[in-house]
Amino acid sequence: MLDLAYLIPFFPLLGVVLNAFFMRRAGEKTVGVLASGMIGLSFLFACGAFFTMLGMAPASRRLEIELFTWVAAGKFEAPVAFLIDPLSLVMMLVVSGVSFLIHVYSIGYMRGDPGFRRYFVFLNLFVFFMLLLVMGGNFLIMFVGWEGVGLCSYLLIGFWYTDDAKATAGKKAFIVNRIGDFGFLIAIFLIWTSFGTVQFTKLIPMASLYPVGSGVITAICLLLFMGAVGKSAQFPLYVWLPDAMAGPTPVSALIHAATMVTAGVYMVARANFFFTLSPAAMTVVAIVGGGTALFAATIGLVQNDIKKVLAYSTVSQLGFMFLACGVGAYVAAIFHLVMHAFFKGLLFLGSGSVIHGMSGEQDIRHMGGLKSKMPVTYWTFLAGTLAIAGVPGLAGFFSKDEILWKTFSGGQTVLWLVGLTAAFCTAFYMFRLVYLTFHGKFRGAKSAEHHLHESPRTMTVPLIILAVLSVIGGYIGLPHILGGTNPFGQWLDPVMRPVAEGEVMAHHGEAATEVTLMIVSVLIALAGIYLAHSWYMKKSETVKALGESALHTMLLNKYWVDEIYSIGIVQPFVKGSELLARYFDMGTIDGLVNGLGSFFSWVGGGVRRMQTGVVQNYALFMGIGLLAVLAAFLMTTLG
Amino acid sequence: MILSLCIALPAATAFLLLLLPRLAAQAVRWVALLGTLATFIVSLVMFANFRAGEAGFQMVEKQPWIASIGVDWHLGVDGISLFLILLTTLLSVLCIISSWSSINERVKEFHFFFLLLETGMVGVFCALDLFLFYVMWEVMLVPMFFLIGVWGGSRRVYATIKFILFTMAGSVLMLVGILYVYFHTTDPATGAHTFNLLVAMEQAHYALEVQRWLFLAFGIAFAIKVPLFPLHTWLPDAHTEAPTAGSVMLAGVLLKMGTYGFLRFCLPMFPLATMQFVPLISVLALIGILYGAMVAMVQKDIKRLVAYSSVAHLGFVMLGMFALNIEGLTGSLLQQINHGISTGALFLLVGVLYDRRHTRLVSDYGGVAKVMPVYATLFMIIALSSIGLPGLNGFVGEFLILLGTFASNAFYAVLGTAGIILAAVYLLWMYQRVFFGEVSHEENLKLKDVTLREGFVIAVLVVLTIWIGVYPDPLLSRMQPSLELVLSRFQAAGVSQLLVP
Repeated sequence: MLDLAYLIPFFPLLGVVLNAFFMRRAGEKTVGVLASGMIGLSFLFACGAFFTMLGMAPASRRLEIELFTWVAAGKFEAPVAFLIDPLSLVMMLVVSGVSFLIHVYSIGYMRGDPGFRRYFVFLNLFVFFMLLLVMGGNFLIMFVGWEGVGLCSYLLIGFWYTDDAKATAGKKAFIVNRIGDFGFLIAIFLIWTSFGTVQFTKLIPMASLYPVGSGVITAICLLLFMGAVGKSAQFPLYVWLPDAMAGPTPVSALIHAATMVTAGVYMVARANFFFTLSPAAMTVVAIVGGGTALFAATIGLVQNDIKKVLAYSTVSQLGFMFLACGVGAYVAAIFHLVMHAFFKGLLFLGSGSVIHGMSGEQDIRHMGGLKSKMPVTYWTFLAGTLAIAGVPGLAGFFSKDEILWKTFSGGQTVLWLVGLTAAFCTAFYMFRLVYLTFHGKFRGAKSAEHHLHESPRTMTVPLIILAVLSVIGGYIGLPHILGGTNPFGQWLDPVMRPVAEGEVMAHHGEAATEVTLMIVSVLIALAGIYLAHSWYMKKSETVKALGESALHTMLLNKYWVDEIYSIGIVQPFVKGSELLARYFDMGTIDGLVNGLGSFFSWVGGGVRRMQTGVVQNYALFMGIGLLAVLAAFLMTTLG
Repeated sequence: MILSLCIALPAATAFLLLLLPRLAAQAVRWVALLGTLATFIVSLVMFANFRAGEAGFQMVEKQPWIASIGVDWHLGVDGISLFLILLTTLLSVLCIISSWSSINERVKEFHFFFLLLETGMVGVFCALDLFLFYVMWEVMLVPMFFLIGVWGGSRRVYATIKFILFTMAGSVLMLVGILYVYFHTTDPATGAHTFNLLVAMEQAHYALEVQRWLFLAFGIAFAIKVPLFPLHTWLPDAHTEAPTAGSVMLAGVLLKMGTYGFLRFCLPMFPLATMQFVPLISVLALIGILYGAMVAMVQKDIKRLVAYSSVAHLGFVMLGMFALNIEGLTGSLLQQINHGISTGALFLLVGVLYDRRHTRLVSDYGGVAKVMPVYATLFMIIALSSIGLPGLNGFVGEFLILLGTFASNAFYAVLGTAGIILAAVYLLWMYQRVFFGEVSHEENLKLKDVTLREGFVIAVLVVLTIWIGVYPDPLLSRMQPSLELVLSRFQAAGVSQLLVP
């Protein structure tokens, strides 16, 4: 089964080819089932690979499959190669599993859309690239997947391209990501010039020969992280992700929550053999991650678009994952990544169900009381909310708590406080969302209320499955302190060996401290929920007063970061280019060229006047010339 | 024999056209198509006979031509010229097909000149005799002069004169250089001077001072053709005013004459001077990359935008070449082919739109994706190739170029990589304004999607784009031995600090 693992990414690619070229006349159902079926096959094969590997000794859980030489020039060589190990398998399972559910959901969500087939072609293409990204055995193949998912993201954000704002959002995503990719590419160059290979398994032993704190390694880490900041929407490159909500909601769930945006976290975890050697880079990762977690969470507090709240929440949660990476808790990062894929995928699909029921409305101020009309959506959404808020026993509780604990026990008290504050904000904005959307009275138009309905089965079944996973998923990483054995940590252990996560790290902290901190974070989450309840479940004067404050304006306008970028970078650049084109290229350079032309025609025109046709003039010129030659001759011979 | 056939077939077809009646436009097109197709097939046979892994020239032909001054009809192909020849013969076929309905005036003359152009281009890439090279170089100019000047856009006369003057200025310098080399090359058998390039290369042990002048004499001619900043201003005019087929050939092949010239003459014959010019050329190439992209971004004319994008792309080619290591050189050569494919395709695509609406202004379009979905898809793939998306051809070339550059000078590579961001900016922005949004002009509502003929031409290039992007090895492995040979001349010249990681 493991030998066939190389087939996993190619099922979706087959789906792309079939749907793009052979399904022109096929009905929606055929197209959707075909696309979903291909992902289902990937998932089945990934499961097969997983169970095969589970039966192997932990130390031997690694398989490299090389297909063919891709780029080879001089000493550089990068084959199309896959690396199947516990880390990539986790990602393969999550990507193919969640993708499958979202494909099925999309059949219902996209029903009747004129671009139905195009949508599934793009979606399958995305899964192909995403699997390439997580399975790639060297940095270059990873980069192919990396750019490929970026392309699909671009295509799907701007899926409804006749709307110019949506097309702009897609373009913005692509370009901002390219800024990050710039760092990634240079990191690859630097890795190759330093090590002579870009293959993970060859790099691991080589990197370990470097001393901790080596400059080259730090440079490599920071450049790689620049790529991660772009793809995983961290400060200061996060600006594309909220705009990316212009895409169809299942796309937001799959690409902009569950899978693609977590690629940066995966990349850092994959390159842990580098990062571990650079405390400086780790600190940067932790600060950017923790800072972004809080920064985005504060913006999320006041947004009124249901998807925007979730988008900033995603940015914030990704920040948590980087915080974990930055304190060396890679297992916790991946654990949170997986849990996040469940509950954020669920929340986005739930919001899609809401939007579907509301006939396209996304403003939560026009919702309310949907609980009774959309019970499945409500209960599943609530499950996801409880999970992300960190209510004990649910997925997000275990993973987020592990991150906070590792941050604290790693000595990063300030970052722990930052994380704790972000966790408080998370609980608050999520319950604000739930209360405003599902509770109270309906605040929209009468016609919209009449139209309200629960979504079809293809949409609700994936919701239920994800809700179940959000509730019970966390137990795969049950910590020792709660009597678990953290099977998830054990599974990933061989990949994260350099840091010896889990076992060894746990000794750093006292069990009593861990329990205390756990209680603190539970209380914090409950406080957030309580505050949201007291402000939004009944008419609150505080909310009204706060709504008029300067702080609220600043948060609502997202700290004006987009405006600052526009005025500070984008506009000057375009203006400068225009000036360059008009005054320098056309004016100066081409002016010189044309000036040279004019000069010669002017000289030619002048000289032409000598051609008078009058013989006397010619005789005169001849005489002058003769005299001049004579004079020159005399001067040189005499002088 | 096979190379002579490649050169002679288009010319022979051109003269055959002269025998056809003036009004038999359709017959002219078919004959021209068959002629270029035959040439393409011959070049495929050449490809099949090419022995991969060999560095030297293959299928060499040598016949005395003007024996009294040592000129031979001397041809050969190596890993450097192989794919440039194939690119030329392929694009020629596609251009004839694409001109099928857009050229309706002076059809016979158009095809006559076009076929002569093809002969000149293939000749340049095959010539192993400096004199023959120069003749072919000039032969190419005349048809291009007419192609732009007669079938071009509204500013065609200005553009074509500018093109000719620029090129001529370079040619004259190159002629001086060729003559100098000639007088310092003697045929070992006869003792007389010879234009034989192989002998000239062998005997090229010039003093540094001399190398510098010779590098400049050849290099300026090539730099104009490339074009290297600031010698580029002929390009946007010529590319924009030329008819579609002319633009495709200009961008696809003619620019490569400059880069090919550097690779074939300057690097192997004047290695010491080359080393000295690395900083200058690299900086000019970098300016070209960034400046070309910025100026392209703000163009209002789609074709002009594509033209300026060539300045940026050729900047990459030069940057990689002057990294002077095998990774950079291989990337540079591959990128020459890639640029021919993707920019050629971009000009063909713009031509499709121009044929329908007779405007190239970005502002005259919008929402085209809705009315021409197949066209929009093809355009997207080609644009992505030009942007350098992995999986398509452009990435492989750009990656190797920047990798090689990084190995020799990390600072240049960082600046060059920034150019990759800009490529996405100008192409996607243009794409958005032309294809996305609602259809903003009523005239555009009735635009017809690509016809089978137009679609075929572009699809051929799209297939190549994907193929080279996924499996470039057949190209890379054939190019490398010959490029290694070029590099070995640096070692031979005693350049010890060769920049190989």
